[in-house]
Amino acid sequence: MVSQAAADAATLERRVWRTLESVMDPEIPVVSVVELGIVRQVRVGPDGRLRVGITPTYSGCPATEVITQMIRAALDQDGFADAALETLLWPAWSSEWLSESGRRKLEAFGIAVEGTGSQSPVCPRCASRRLERVSQYGSTPCKAHYRCLECLEPFDVFKCL
Amino acid sequence: MSAASEAVGIEAGPEERFEYVLRLADTSLIAGQRLAALLGHGPALEEDLALGNIALDLIGQARLLLALAARIEARGRDEDALAFLRDAPEFRNVSLVEQPNGDFAQTIVRQCLLDAWQVEMYESLAGSRDLQLADIAEKALKECRYHWRFSAGWLVRLGDGTAESQARVRAALASLWRFTDELLSPDALDARMAVCGIGPAPALIRERWQSRLRVTLAEAGLDWPAHQHYRWHGKRGEHTEHLGHLLAEMQFLPRAYPGATW
Repeated sequence: MVSQAAADAATLERRVWRTLESVMDPEIPVVSVVELGIVRQVRVGPDGRLRVGITPTYSGCPATEVITQMIRAALDQDGFADAALETLLWPAWSSEWLSESGRRKLEAFGIAVEGTGSQSPVCPRCASRRLERVSQYGSTPCKAHYRCLECLEPFDVFKCL
Repeated sequence: MSAASEAVGIEAGPEERFEYVLRLADTSLIAGQRLAALLGHGPALEEDLALGNIALDLIGQARLLLALAARIEARGRDEDALAFLRDAPEFRNVSLVEQPNGDFAQTIVRQCLLDAWQVEMYESLAGSRDLQLADIAEKALKECRYHWRFSAGWLVRLGDGTAESQARVRAALASLWRFTDELLSPDALDARMAVCGIGPAPALIRERWQSRLRVTLAEAGLDWPAHQHYRWHGKRGEHTEHLGHLLAEMQFLPRAYPGATW
């Protein structure tokens, strides 16, 4: 039987996840920090304190601090001002943590996603797999730069580490 | 083999742990600062972005490592104080990374020699008994592998390219090779950290660094340079003249305007 305290904690955690789902990535405003896998953990500790664990995508990603501030502001606004924000480095972020909905939204936004293993990205414009990589690096630390050999459109790829 | 398998239950003291983490932190920080100076000066837009992104990763790693060093030291200094308020003799980076950017071949060779070392170091440190260090290493490893793909790719293209690119990459290798022995030669602290299960066995790093580079140099059509003894001990604060100039630029603002914020 689930205790009342545990049930309350679960409800609270669920509400916090809802709040965090509304926080969009500042660079790619179509996906939330939850869909990107940046929010790793929401839990009520034994002391009753709410803890939110977030992880940076890349060590030097300049958006990390902005994201932290945005999460803080959203938590404050929805009445979770006493929540503690913690940075979790382990396990290290991986693009596999990107949710399925996040992946679809990125593609609709024009950013392809590099699959794991042999799964290659597809052109977000014409869905061709005939692509060339222009550069391993792109406009932000999490992206590489590709070009479609079918429709000739250049596009970003969310890279897989 | 992970670093932890070396452990025999000897505990490292905070002073030596601080010193060891500083070496890793400063090596990333100075390498990152060097590359950051190339922003807007890359030979092509793609390389400019690549070098800028690598710089960002390195500075991010340095920040995590400096914050860890600050926690170990526990004397009220934070990562910013460590980065901006120490003078050259207090820096513990290897001498390789403070060498000037030079031409593109020089930048690529320096990066390649470093990337090969960082990949092997972090792979091993991911199994460190120091779990905070292990977490940073695991994250940095993913990034450094990606850096290596870039720098090794360019080393091959330059070495296997035109007569001009080949001459330049040969000259860069000849000039920077003398700094590689410092990466691979253990001193008492490296040996001690290995015994404590915090750092990797230095012989292992040497072997893996060499085999990694041997493959890439062969692919680039470049000869393995002759062994050169090193006279620089950046790891213990004895630097080449280049570090002071780099720090003057990097540290100017926080020193001239203490406590300045955006």
